[in-house]
Amino acid sequence: MLWDLFCTFLRIGFVSFGGGYAMIPIIDFEVTRHGWMTTKEFTEIIAVAGMSPGPIATNSAIIVGYKTAGMNGAVISALGMTLPTLFIILLVSSVFFRYHQTKLVKSAFYGLRPIITGLIIYAAIRFALSNHVIGSFSWHTLGLLSICGLSLLALIKYRIHPIAVILVSGLAGVVLWG
Amino acid sequence: MNKKWNLILQIFFVFLKIGPITFGGGYAMIPVIEREIVIKKRWIRPQDVADVLVIAQSVPGAIALNSATFIGYTIAGVQGAVAALIGVLLPTFLIVIGLSLLFLYLHGNPIVDAALQGMSAAIVALIIFAAYKIGRTAVFDKTTFITAFATAAVLFFLNLNPVLVICLGIATGIIQIKVKELLGMTVLLEKNEAGQVQKEPVGKSVNQ
Repeated sequence: MLWDLFCTFLRIGFVSFGGGYAMIPIIDFEVTRHGWMTTKEFTEIIAVAGMSPGPIATNSAIIVGYKTAGMNGAVISALGMTLPTLFIILLVSSVFFRYHQTKLVKSAFYGLRPIITGLIIYAAIRFALSNHVIGSFSWHTLGLLSICGLSLLALIKYRIHPIAVILVSGLAGVVLWG
Repeated sequence: MNKKWNLILQIFFVFLKIGPITFGGGYAMIPVIEREIVIKKRWIRPQDVADVLVIAQSVPGAIALNSATFIGYTIAGVQGAVAALIGVLLPTFLIVIGLSLLFLYLHGNPIVDAALQGMSAAIVALIIFAAYKIGRTAVFDKTTFITAFATAAVLFFLNLNPVLVICLGIATGIIQIKVKELLGMTVLLEKNEAGQVQKEPVGKSVNQ
């Protein structure tokens, strides 16, 4: 189990281009595939990870590790996520510091960026479905959809800080269903 | 030797202090890094901060961890990198564990569950927001537009491993550019090159 957690997050750590919420679909794929938790349970983890300081993806990995294998799981998952960081930074800063200027790397990013965009669009649909933000009509779904829509408006138009958005939405949940 | 370990210990404590400030993502760290490491400690020069950002953004991994590791390495080599990484990660690690313990303990409480439901709707919004932000720089011509939506569609119907998809993405970009060149098309590798000026500075627009 610990070895499985370590390998999974090590693999994720190496490909976590984009950072932040861009890595959520990858972690979601792995935790549901291993049967560690459902997408709905994972959404709650992201909520807690998003409220804490530090990188969202690393935070989520720590909580997934903690819930599946206790404190050892948390440490192992954090290690798995951060070892690639250490390795890549050491490589980049010692071997090819200016590598980002080369045309080959720019071409790679030309394909990589839209694919990550697609990956996150897919994640948005998946999370919306498993949290009933999209679904057959009910007052509950309508409430969730409104919170989602208003949050989006707050983020894009009014540039409200993500943590404020999470906290206010929690409050809205309490008002609506508490 | 003692002097070196003293420096490494200092690096650890400076990043231990910076760690909890990285609320809402790595970019929040940059002004703090400038104050603590450039102005107070004078470990790196002001013009090096730009290099830190470029490296932190273009390699995989969280911005906060990447910048800390890179700065640590610049100051004191591999040990410096490890000290900075552990320093920046330790406080958030403990806070995250504490918060999830609190939520585990409160789980089943109707008010907390209602709050979590509201928050889950906000998380969906945050994921859409992430797609929007990346999409604004990533999608700027027909090829990138088709690539983005084809990826979403393929994932939706085939449930492919995202790690594989990202590796394919790297190959796709290189092939797309090669094909375009062979066809004699004008190639714009990035949005900036298309003459479109980015509306806001990086530190302001991205807060993830």
